[in-house]
Amino acid sequence: MNITLFYITAALYLSATFITTAYLIVHNDKIIAVANKTILAGFVFHTITMISRWVEAGRPPFADLHEALTLFSWMLVAIYLLIRFRYRLAVLGAFVAPFALLLLITASFLPKEIIPLAPSLASWWLPIHVGLAFLGNAFFAMTFIFGIMYLIQERYLKSKKVGGLYFLLPSLDILDELGYKCLTYGFPLLTLAMITGAIWAEYVWGSYWSWEPRQTWSLITWFLYAALLHGRLTVGWRGRKAAVYSIIGFLILISSFAVIKIFSWGTHAVFR
Amino acid sequence: MNLIIVGLSHKTAPVDIRERLSFPAQTIGEPLNRLCASYEINEGVIISTCNRVEVFAVTRDIEKGLWQVKKFLSDYHNIPLEGLDEHLYTYTSEDAVKHLFRVCSGLDSMVIGEPQILGQVKDAYGYALQHKTAGVIMNKLFHKAFSVAKRIRTETKIGSSAVSISYAAVELAKKIFGTLEGKIAMLIGAGEMAELAARHLLSNGVQEILVANRTYERAIEMAKGFNGTPIMFREFSHHLKKVDIVIASTAAPKFIIHPEQIQEVIKERKNRSMFFIDISVPRNIDPLINNIDNIYLYNVDDLQNVIEANLKERVKEAKEAEAIIGEEIEKFYRWVKSLDVVPTIVALKKKLEDIRKGEVEKALSGMNGLQEKDIQTIDAMTKAIINKVVHAPVTHLKTEANKVEGDFYIDAARRLFDLDTEEGGGAKKAEEG
Repeated sequence: MNITLFYITAALYLSATFITTAYLIVHNDKIIAVANKTILAGFVFHTITMISRWVEAGRPPFADLHEALTLFSWMLVAIYLLIRFRYRLAVLGAFVAPFALLLLITASFLPKEIIPLAPSLASWWLPIHVGLAFLGNAFFAMTFIFGIMYLIQERYLKSKKVGGLYFLLPSLDILDELGYKCLTYGFPLLTLAMITGAIWAEYVWGSYWSWEPRQTWSLITWFLYAALLHGRLTVGWRGRKAAVYSIIGFLILISSFAVIKIFSWGTHAVFR
Repeated sequence: MNLIIVGLSHKTAPVDIRERLSFPAQTIGEPLNRLCASYEINEGVIISTCNRVEVFAVTRDIEKGLWQVKKFLSDYHNIPLEGLDEHLYTYTSEDAVKHLFRVCSGLDSMVIGEPQILGQVKDAYGYALQHKTAGVIMNKLFHKAFSVAKRIRTETKIGSSAVSISYAAVELAKKIFGTLEGKIAMLIGAGEMAELAARHLLSNGVQEILVANRTYERAIEMAKGFNGTPIMFREFSHHLKKVDIVIASTAAPKFIIHPEQIQEVIKERKNRSMFFIDISVPRNIDPLINNIDNIYLYNVDDLQNVIEANLKERVKEAKEAEAIIGEEIEKFYRWVKSLDVVPTIVALKKKLEDIRKGEVEKALSGMNGLQEKDIQTIDAMTKAIINKVVHAPVTHLKTEANKVEGDFYIDAARRLFDLDTEEGGGAKKAEEG
């Protein structure tokens, strides 16, 4: 059942991607209104998908990589909806919908069977740790998206050739500010995720920190974002530099995930 | 009754012809009265701007009406029709309505989507009202056109992007800074365009304007104009670090702002963006500063390119506007059709018959012991009352409908008896269904 719902969700995000792309081409407000409704419908199905998987598995659906990516995508859309609610940023959906879709497509290629949890992992630490980690990642994904939007808009303004997306994208200042805001949410969440992870590791394996690849990479990511936050707060990294940095940071985050997955390293056995 | 337009615009006539055909606003009463004095023309409105002269008229007979209006234009301005005709265009009936809607929305303007034309048409209509040459058809038509123009302005972005240098500069500033609230701008050098841009910046929320000029007295004088702060010319570079927007327009033959200098400034500003507008020729600002992160430099040509891009965007929006016009024309013609005399009489009779039936039923339900014969008598009596009441209005409507003010009578009847609310409600339901 949850698999069917999963595909319905993906289909809705796919439609939203098409519709928002049409909006980028013809700039018609009626189109973006339809697209927003489609994304919202996708989000509703997305939520039902996860609830039904939770019920079917009898545990939070945060255990394998398929579930993790589905959760990641869900959080991304949730944050998007919050931002949409606060700022009237019609064009944002055009960047978030394909992103959410891509995460679901990746998730769809991973094993989808519900796996029973090893007794050692079946605790409330699982949803807390994984939930915090992916909420943090979702905020970083948002800074990544705002970084891309910033660079596009900056390109238009620097090259002095306005047209196309220039009219739809908001001001550089807002893009910079939103990227920064998402960073200030993502960073503490990542920190908390690492702390809870360490505490949980102490319970399960008897050691807070074991330098296994997943932990090591999150530490690297943590330093990366700490440096960005520090640069923004004190040195005055703004605009282009901060945008480029948040794009690179997120790419490292994502590729570390992929590399660890491919080589199946480490004791983060749950994500196999 | 038919609507016709005879006119010329920047699209069909050179400026010298437009000049000769124009009607000054101060003396518009005379031509309006002369136009409507002829037997063929019942109502008239004259729109005269520097880009167009158009005569709107309501006429009994299209062919005769067109000829009459053309003759009026030629006679009034003393220009032979032979030379004039090639510049004139004509629209009739539905095309005329469409043309008016397009004109009011700025779709027919030289700069697509410009808002001034709406005000000019409103004035023209106002003059016609004042001189009583606009009647029931013109009233409805122009009010409809104004509401269509308003709808297009709110539902499309046709007027949202800047098409003048100074507005383009403000718009770019907004794309960089988001809001201009609390921002500080600096004018270096005088000049009409720089002052205009400064004024637009102020009205868009810029907090303070510094004014630097080679002659300090001139700076003081300029600063007075918009509550700015005059500064010494040789000190302007010391102020740069607190300035967000710089407008340069000096007569200096060489660059007065250099990349090395700006690199320092931007560091001191902790990379907060700066927007430079160089409207001087020869240029005052080294174009290389545009390569510095968070610095944006636009010269006059760049701004001109922005305007062209904006115009292209307006053309895109115009397509949406045309769709709205199509919709509104349909609505307008639904109303025009309702002015036919037959449906009005049918609606009037039906309305009264419904009232009669309802009241008779109400009365009868409260009476006991009435015989079938009594009921028939009451029914016949009420019918007779209604028929007598309705007889005179129906006869008058039928005869007046074919006269000049026929539409006025029909419109009045529909309003007095509230015939449109019911039908309108019905039509709305059908639309939603």
